[in-house]
Parts: sequence; structure tokens; C-alpha cells
Amino acid sequence: MKPALFDYLRPDDEEEVLEALAEAGDDARLLAGGQTLMPMLNMRLVEPAVLIDISRLPGRAEIEDNGNFIEVGETVTQASLESWPTLAERTPLLAQALPLLGHVQTRSRGTVCGSIAFADPSAELPLCLATLGGEVVLRSRSGTRTLPAAEFQTGMLSTACREDEMVAAVRFPTAEPGAGYAFTEFARRHGDFAVVAIAAIARANGIRIGVGGVAEQPVVRDWPLLAGSALDDALNALAWSLDAADDVHASARYRRELVRRLGKQTVAAALEARL
Amino acid sequence: MSTLGTAIERVEDAALLMGRGRYIDDMPVAPGTGHAAILRSPHPHARLLSIDTEAALALPGVHAVVTGEDARAWSTPFIVSVRQPMEHWCIAIDRVRYAGEPVAIVVAEDRYRAEDALALIDVRYEPLDAVVDPEATLGADAPVLHEKVGSNLVSERSFRYGEPEAAFEAAAHTVTTTVRYPRNSCTPIECLGLIAAYDPGEDAYDVLSHFQGPLTLHPVMARALKVPGPRFRLRSVPDSGGSFGIKQAVFPLIVAMALAARKAARPVKWIEDRLEHLLAATSATNRMTRIEAAVEADGRIASLRLDQLEDCGAYLRAPEPATLYRNHGNLTGPYCIPHLAVNNRVVVTNKTPTGLNRGFGGPQLYYALERLMQRVAVTLGLDPLDVIKRNLVPADAMPYRAAAGAVLDAGDFPATLDHGAREGALDALRVRRDAARAEGRLYGIGFAAAVESSVSNMGYITTVLSAEERRKAGPKDGAVSHATVAVDPLGAVTVTADSIPQGQGHRTVLAQVVGDALGLAPAQVTVALEHDTQRDPWSIAAGNYSSRFSGAVAGAAHLAAVRVRERLARIASQQLNARPEDVRFEQGRIFAAGNPGNDLDFRRVASLVHWSPGSLPDGVPPALRETARWTPPQLTPPDDDDRINNSAAYSFIFDFCGVEVDRATGAVAIDRYVTTHDTGRRLNPALVDGQIRGAFAHAVGAAFYEELAYSEDGSFLSGTLADYLVPTACEVPDPQILHRDIPTPATPLGAKGVGEGNCMTTPVCLANAAADALGVESLDLPLTPARIGDLIHGPESTPPRP
Amino acid sequence: MKRLDRESRHRVALTLNGREANGWAEPRMLLSDFLRHELGATGTHVGCEHGVCGACTVRLDGAPVRACLTLAVQADGRRVDTVEGLASNGELNDLQKAFRRHHALQCGFCTAGILMSLDAWLESNPAPDEGEVRALLSGHLCRCTGYTGIVAAALDAAEARRREDGP
Ligand SMILES: Cc1cc2nc3c(=O)[nH]c(=O)nc-3n(C[C@@H](O)[C@H](O)[C@H](O)COP(=O)(O)OP(=O)(O)OC[C@H]3O[C@@H](n4cnc5c(N)ncnc54)[C@H](O)[C@@H]3O)c2cc1C
Ligand code: FES
Ligand code: FES
Repeated sequence: MKPALFDYLRPDDEEEVLEALAEAGDDARLLAGGQTLMPMLNMRLVEPAVLIDISRLPGRAEIEDNGNFIEVGETVTQASLESWPTLAERTPLLAQALPLLGHVQTRSRGTVCGSIAFADPSAELPLCLATLGGEVVLRSRSGTRTLPAAEFQTGMLSTACREDEMVAAVRFPTAEPGAGYAFTEFARRHGDFAVVAIAAIARANGIRIGVGGVAEQPVVRDWPLLAGSALDDALNALAWSLDAADDVHASARYRRELVRRLGKQTVAAALEARL
Repeated sequence: MSTLGTAIERVEDAALLMGRGRYIDDMPVAPGTGHAAILRSPHPHARLLSIDTEAALALPGVHAVVTGEDARAWSTPFIVSVRQPMEHWCIAIDRVRYAGEPVAIVVAEDRYRAEDALALIDVRYEPLDAVVDPEATLGADAPVLHEKVGSNLVSERSFRYGEPEAAFEAAAHTVTTTVRYPRNSCTPIECLGLIAAYDPGEDAYDVLSHFQGPLTLHPVMARALKVPGPRFRLRSVPDSGGSFGIKQAVFPLIVAMALAARKAARPVKWIEDRLEHLLAATSATNRMTRIEAAVEADGRIASLRLDQLEDCGAYLRAPEPATLYRNHGNLTGPYCIPHLAVNNRVVVTNKTPTGLNRGFGGPQLYYALERLMQRVAVTLGLDPLDVIKRNLVPADAMPYRAAAGAVLDAGDFPATLDHGAREGALDALRVRRDAARAEGRLYGIGFAAAVESSVSNMGYITTVLSAEERRKAGPKDGAVSHATVAVDPLGAVTVTADSIPQGQGHRTVLAQVVGDALGLAPAQVTVALEHDTQRDPWSIAAGNYSSRFSGAVAGAAHLAAVRVRERLARIASQQLNARPEDVRFEQGRIFAAGNPGNDLDFRRVASLVHWSPGSLPDGVPPALRETARWTPPQLTPPDDDDRINNSAAYSFIFDFCGVEVDRATGAVAIDRYVTTHDTGRRLNPALVDGQIRGAFAHAVGAAFYEELAYSEDGSFLSGTLADYLVPTACEVPDPQILHRDIPTPATPLGAKGVGEGNCMTTPVCLANAAADALGVESLDLPLTPARIGDLIHGPESTPPRP
Repeated sequence: MKRLDRESRHRVALTLNGREANGWAEPRMLLSDFLRHELGATGTHVGCEHGVCGACTVRLDGAPVRACLTLAVQADGRRVDTVEGLASNGELNDLQKAFRRHHALQCGFCTAGILMSLDAWLESNPAPDEGEVRALLSGHLCRCTGYTGIVAAALDAAEARRREDGP
């Protein structure tokens, strides 16, 4: 379990990263926190010719509160976002989700942008981003573009990020006054990827729900303020719409059941959390 | 003050805590040592058409590539313990029979390069149909794994004890259940590893590893390497990162890497990685058991009938099928069940070969037996605890000869059970369950009782042979342990023994045992347990398995220490003017009973033996090194009626627990767990509890999380630690541990085994509680939320109409 | 931009337990292998090389990280602390002593990683409760102890430190 050979590049600024990306293209991989890429390298599931280490890119470890959203730079670790002093107040959904993402020892290096870029269907952060309706800032030598979460993630482990591009930042919308946020997941063990994860936002006039772990990517729905059997029906329809599949950890049917049941709990918790 | 029986801190810990352990991958190697990586079959079953190693050999830094051809030239297949023409080579020849089977070995200057070279080896396979299910493998259309054997059924034996047919005929009820015990593995955090060398001058191999024994496998390896035993020197490292039986499985790799060292003409080091470990190291057997009880109206069981179908994977790797026979004599558990019928079938399938794994056969047996006890209670409308109690062997029947031959040595099972129920507050738990149920929650209570066998009879495995075959092969029995105690010219004490520890604290306990006998503090006793087959005394029973340490090894150390003490007492008696039997040893002083003021320094008396043999009393030999050997006399070979006393001692365990099932997720939460043990005399209570907690944690894994899973076509599904789920601190609660010790006359110190019991009782206790909560009849492990969810979620809501 | 060629070995200099240390590494060499086989600091163990078991956990510039998911070249110029640095002059530190007292280890293979996690974490979490300690420990697998002693040792050491630091 040792990586194959690769050249190692450590750019000194973003400019150099983009240059290196443009040069190496397909053969290169960005190394951020390494909590996903390093296991893949060790198992030789990927054998890039060039590794571009962005984990310590100067000046990119900032979390900026821009009023409507917080912007998280590409080297911000999950741990530093978790301990950002106003997180619970500004983005309560993230405050609930982050402690469920791996472990203290992986969050210390795993980055927020890396998780978004990797786009695992069971990952917490892409689900939060999709449910909050956040944005991804992509940069290449030809310029910067900003995509809404729904356009960024295109499927299981696939995104709109081009070979010569990097995720330069992620923008999470901040808490809306009066809205309630809830995040629940069911994982086999503490810190595991979710079997099913649910994010919910309760507003004065409606509910937004996001589901991770079942479809190929997070699925988000907007509903009016449903309750009782109307909510059950909506959750049931949602569960069936996700094309759940069987795997080692759970059957498709079990996953649909969790969507219905955890969905209900999470919506209730979000309603409860409204001010 | 003797520390024996007290929870002193471990002598092992300071070095380990400072990062100064000496595990296999920490050991120094000779300059030029090569590093090995193994090319493993991606197919569960295939013909090997060709192997092209040219490109790999051309890679700079690669020293050698070893294939089945080398194995054919320099080794023989491993011997199997049933008479079958099954060929198991250390590297595949002609055919691969499980995903992960070694096909080639690269030796290179470092592990990174060795892995680079693996990718350059070109192997052509012709894939064959694979079979992974033990029932399917018996089907007429199943692919036959070993053509020379001709069938996937490699052993079948029937046994009959007492009058089972008559008992079933006469019984008021018959209760039956069928269980499928899954594959799992105790997966120590340190994977396998070794350093092998070959000396062409003497045609001799030398291997350093954490192989844990049993040393019955030493002749197996020497034979495979085609050298006499003394020219296969096997040494053990000072520290091992856990084993739980698993490090027995390094033995085929020892042979393979010995060949690699020979081919590469340099020492070879191999450290298994986690992917290899999960895929191909070893596994517990998966077993299907149909168990049936003939039951009286009051719940008393007159007879059992067991049909056991044991799946040992692709090869019957020694000592298999020992998993199936290890508990043969005590198949009736802690119960008084006079009549018994057994049918045992052993099959091969396209899965990793099986081997030692904490509990060794116990988890499989008790999953069936204790699920049956619960089913008896439910079927007859009785309290499950009453059913257990009514069937326990009574105290006045001890020692008790069980139907199939086990001699339960000592204990008061009913009193221990009562102690556990009382001190563990079973009544309060029942109240808790009723309250939870009144609220509509899914809450259940489970029970399990077991005898935990320790110190295995070297002859039990021959129960797989018929009496006739056994007569031809010659008797096999006993379980010899060795320990040596020596005192040096300055009076310092050294102990060596044949235990090959894997982290359990044997050095601490032996220091306590020998210190106790010689009146010294444990700190004054140095224990060195690195074992060397060329220099240390050993028998085939040596090693770390079958919970033989506290009974057999500590027992032998005690006997050796007593002999040293007797010798010193004779010398001292002369100087003290006392009779030798009146000489006392305490706190480093030697004195006559009743006259502690007139004492001698232990060191002075000891030094006399070294410096002045001439002044010793007549008949006292001028040496202070004593090796004691001990074998339990009650371990005789199987008799002509197939009765076998498989173990020297049997501990008793009684567990109960309360669990709650989450209606939404199907997750089972342990609310309360109480485990009560009679393990004989406890030599160090903290280490005993540590063993119980460790086994409990393994059992929680087996109950809820762990399975080495295969798809139907033979591909392996649990290849990483993100797929094979080992419970963390968040998943393992703290059990309440209770003791009721009854020292056994069966071992020198009165101690019995303790490290495996909870792997036997806990999975089934938890399953019984889940069955109680859910009111279901059949329940197989692991109890995953998805599996439970499918039982409780009822009919699914239909999809909305479009 | 730093460019390290794949086939060559490059000098890696770091501060290991407060002392300068250096060795040579190909870009692909894992920090765990570098520490163990290049610098001879074998106290850090390897149990999975995919980030799950936690045996290889060390402190990198103070933070607890997986050495098996870190390249040696990434540690160049940085501070690495390992289990070998906890005791001073052969005397165990308070956390190590608590481990010994509570029988928080058996084979000791998982121990170094757990000690380094706790060493880092207790600094910023001086008054943890049992649930928090268990959550932290979820990043480690121990097959021997059932975790009871580890949890007890961590809580005990934290409490002793609080007492020492005063109210
Ligand atoms: C034991 C363990 C448990 C875990 N549990 C969870 C969990 O429960 N939930 C969860 O979501 N994750 C989990 N993870 C994975 C998480 O820790 C990773 O941090 C995350 O998935 C990736 O972030 P990273 O910074 O480590 O990225 P890396 O591993 O460095 O990179 C991941 C991929 O993204 C690409 N990439 C990284 N950064 C960028 C960028 N800025 N622009 C473009 N591409 C980029 C890389 O090239 C690579 O292909 C776990 C990991 C481990 C080891
Ligand atoms: S070896 Fe690094 S986490 Fe297991
Ligand atoms: S002490 Fe052995 S794995 Fe933890």
C-alpha cells in the first residue's frame, strides 16, 4: 500500500497553482488535506504523474463573512471552520454537520473545498452547500467563475470543475432571520460517511429539505409548510424519487425508509429551531 | 507481601508508552535486506495459465521474483489434518482458489519499488466458476475446488452419545433452530510480518516473526520447507501488536518468504498491509448449524441433535478443522444434557482459508446453543433464565463428565448465575424493560451462559478421524508447557517460558507468580519471553492460544520457582539451623518460621550456589536454573467411543443484557450489559478484566458490525477498514463485570482461561435480547441496522402515483 | 515553486520532538515511513495506511494528523511531535502514567496514536466529559482494551491537570 511515483510541486501562490494545472492538465492532481486523496494514492487507485500541493498555499486560509454568505478559502481545514467563533450563529447547519464529518484527526487536515471538490454523494458538506443554495468559486488561468451548488456538482464524484481549474473558495449563505436549521445523519459508526443524511431549513412560509447518501448527489426539495400526512406523502415521494440502490451497508428499501423517518425528524427539528 | 492476585501495574507498559516497543517492523535488519510485496489473485477461482516476470525483474532495485515454480522446486504442500489429497502450496501452482491467494512475490530494495514491480508482472488466468456458500458448495453443479479430492465435502463424521433417538422419542417437545454464523476476524491493529533468512551453507532457514503458535505448526512449516526441524529456526519478537489467534495465520507466509529469501539470496522482510490482511490473512469459519432439543415440559433438555456445516474456505489450513472440534467434548455447554447426536461436515469454498480467531469455535457453537435455549423458553412459555438454570450442571456433580467427554473441572454454576443476577440487578433491568415497553419502545433482555474451554488437548483434533484411523496414526493427547526460572550470581531472577505473548501482559503475571514463590517483588524478577525454537525448551503445545497462559504457562513457572525455592531452602536451612520445610521467603529475606529476626539475604544465599558449590549441603546440585514441564494428566486421547476431554479447564460465564431497538433506524443500542465470570483464581484482576473488556469489544463488533462479506460470484466486499467496520469507543459501552472465583484443582495455580469467553457469550446474548425486543424467531449476525430495519419497518409505503 | 522530481530522493529537515532531524525521501514517501525507517522513530505505528485506525497519529505543527496520509516532503521545515517526545529523562508524563495506572493498553500498538491525539486535544479541551473523550477516540481503533481504560485515563489526566492549574 504505497503510492506510485509522482513529481511533487509546491506552488507559492495561486498563480503558480493555475500555471501548474494548465501545464500538467490531466496528469495532475491537487493535494489539499489529503484525507481522501492520500488513501487513494496509497491504494494505487489513482496514479497521477504530478501532485500539486495546495495545502499550505499562503493567504488562502481565510474565512470571510460577507454578510449574505461566508466565503471559505481553499486551504481552510474543516477543523478551522468548525472552531470559527461565530459559526453556530452564522451558519447553524454547518455547526451541526461538521462534528459528524470524520474525526478530529481527519478534520485537522481535510479541507472544506476539498470535500466540495471531491463531491462524495454521502459527504456532509456538499449536502449542506446544496441545501443552503451556496456557490463555488472556480479559478483557472483563463479567469474566475462562480457556479451555484446545483450546477457545480454534476453527479457521483463529478463536478463542473475543469482540469485546468481549481475550487478557489466556497460560499455558504448565512442564517436567514427567523429560519430554523437542522442536520441529522445515520452512519454506521461515529464519524463514518452517512448512510443517509438529511439537512432541513424551516422558514416562515416553507420547508427546504436536502438528502445525501442515497442518490448520486445531494437532492434538494422546496415544500410549503407541510405537516402530518401531507409531509409523509411528500417524504415518501422524495424517497422513491432518489433511485436508491443496494450496497454492503444497506438495502435500497432501508435507505428509502430512513429518508422517510429521518426526514420527518429533521423537519421537526428545523421547525423547532425557528426563532 | 505477595502481589499475586492483585492488580499491579504492568511491567510492559513503560517501554510501550514511550514508543520503545520492539514490534516486528521495528526490528533491525541486516544490510541489504530485501523487502517483499505479494501479487495476489484478483480471481476467486481460476486456472493459472502463465506468469511473465521479465519486466518486473528488469526494474532497477528488484532483486527477485518468486513464483509457484520455486515453491515446487524447494517446498512441499502443507500437510492437512484430514486424510485428503488436498494440495496447499505456499504460493499458488496451476490454480488459484480464493481472491487474494499469493501468486508471486517480488523482493526489492524497498517496499515502494516492490509494489511498482507487482504492476509489471503479467499473469494470464482462465477464470472458473466460484462458490462461496457452504450449502451451494455441496450442490451437484458446484465447481470442485480440489480435483484430486473430487468433492468440496472434505470431511464428514457422525457421533452419538447416550441414547439421543430414545430421548427425542420420549420428549414432550422438540425445539429447533437454524443459525448461520458469519465470517469475521479479530483484525489486530498490527498486521502480519516477518523477517526470513536462508543459509545455503547449512541449508537452514531462520525466521523472526510474531507467529504466536501453536508450535504444532513448526513441524508443518519445517516439512513444507523440506528441512529437519532444527534447521528451521523460528524466533519471536519481544512485542506483538495484538493477535487474538490471527497471527497463527502468518505461518504459510513464513514458508513463502523463507523461499523468497533463498531465491533473492538475502534476508527478506515482509510486512502485510491492511488490504492484504482483510482480503487474505484469515477468518473465523462461517458455520451453519441446525440444532434441535428434546425438551421436557419444565424446560429440562434431555438431548441435543446438532448438524454442523463448517466452511473452512479454499484450503483446510492447519490446524483446521480444529475450529469445529475445539469444543467437541463440551458441545452441551454448561448444561447437564446426557444424550447427544452430532453430524459434522467440513466443506471448502472459494474464500480465504480460516484459522484461529478469539473464541475459536465457541462463538459459532454458542450462537446456536444459546439461541436454542431462548427458543425453548419462548416455545414453552417459560422464563429464559429458568430454562438456563434448570439445565445447568449442579455444583455437587463436579467434576462433571459431559456427554461428549469434556470433564468440567470445578465451579458452582447455579450459584454463580444467582450471584450475577443479584449483583447485576437483573430485577431492576426487568422493571426497566417493562417501563420501556409500556411506552411502546422496543426493548429486550437477553441471556447467555457458557463454559469457556482453556488449555487445549493436543489430541482433540483427532476426533475428526475415526477410532480406527486414530489407532493407525498413534495417540495424541496432553498439553505440555515449559517455564524456566534462573537466579544469577547477584541473586537476580530471570524467567523464560513458552507463551509467546501478544500483548496480554504475560511478563507482569510471571513476575508476580515467581516473585510470589520466592518472596521477591515483581520488579526483582526479569521475564524474557522472546522464544527461540533452537534454544528454548518447547513442545508442540507451546504458544499463545486456547487461553493456555494462566492455567498452563503460569502453572509451569510456579512449579519451576517452587523448585528453585526448595533448593534455596535446603541451603538456607543449614545456615538457619532449621528444617527446609520451615524456611520462609519474604521481601527478599530468608528465615525460619517463627524466627524472622534471624534472616538471610536472598541474594547471599543465591550467590553461594554460584561462588561456592563446595559449601552446599549434600545432594544439592550447584545450579539455580530450573525448567518445569507440566501437562494436565486429564487430557487423554479421544476414546473408542469418540469421547474427548478437549481442554484442561472450563471457566463459567453468565451474561445478561438489556437492549433497545430504534424504530426509525433499526439500530440496536446496548442499554446495560452484565457479565459474570468464574475463571478460577485470578492472578492479576486488572488483566483479567482487561481480557474480558477486550473480548467484549470484539463481540460487540461481531454482533453488530463485522463481516468479511463476499458477493455470490466470490468477489470480496470488505476490503478496507471503511467496509469492515471495527467498533470505536463510541460503539463499545462499558460492561459491568462480576466475579465469583472458584480455584480449580485442574491447574497448578487454580487459574483458568478468561480471554475468549465473551466472544462466545456476548454476540448471542445481544441477539437474544434483540430477539426478545422484536419477538422474532430467527436472527443472524451481524445485526446491522439495515437487517433489523427490514424486520421492523413493515410493508413499505407504495410509490406515489405519477 | 518547489519542484521535486519523482525518482530522486530529497532532503527533508524537520523538528522532531524539539530537535532538528533530517533524512532523505522520494516525493511519494509517507511521513509514517519516513519517521520510522528514515529517522528511526519507530514509536509511531502503522495499522492501515488509509486513515482509519489512527495508530500513526502524530502532531504536525501541533495538530493531530495521520502520518500515513501525509507525505514526508510535506513535513519539511515543520514541527513533528511523536510519542517518543512525551516522556522526559525516562520519566513518563502524567498522561502516560494515567494510561499505565488504568491499564489503558495491552499490546500497545494503538497507544502512540491515541496518546498524541489526546496530547493535542486536551490542550484545547481541558475539561472534557466522557462523551467528548469517546468522540475524540472514534478516530482510533483499539482491538485489545475495549476502550474503558483509555477513557478513564484521559479523564483522569485531564482532571489532574485542572487541579494542578488551579481554579
Ligand atoms: C477516517 C476518515 C473518515 C472520513 N469520514 C468522512 C465523513 O464522514 N464525511 C466526509 O464527507 N468525508 C469524510 N472523510 C473524507 C474527508 O476527511 C476529506 O477531508 C474530504 O473528503 C476531502 O478533503 P481533503 O482536503 O482532504 O481533499 P484531498 O484528499 O486532498 O483531495 C480530494 C480530491 O479533491 C481534489 N481537490 C482538493 N482540493 C481541491 C480544490 N481546491 N479544487 C479542486 N480540486 C480539489 C483533489 O485533487 C482530490 O481529487 C473521511 C476521511 C477519513 C480518512
Ligand atoms: S495507519 Fe494511519 S490511520 Fe491507520
Ligand atoms: S492496546 Fe492493542 S490495539 Fe490498543
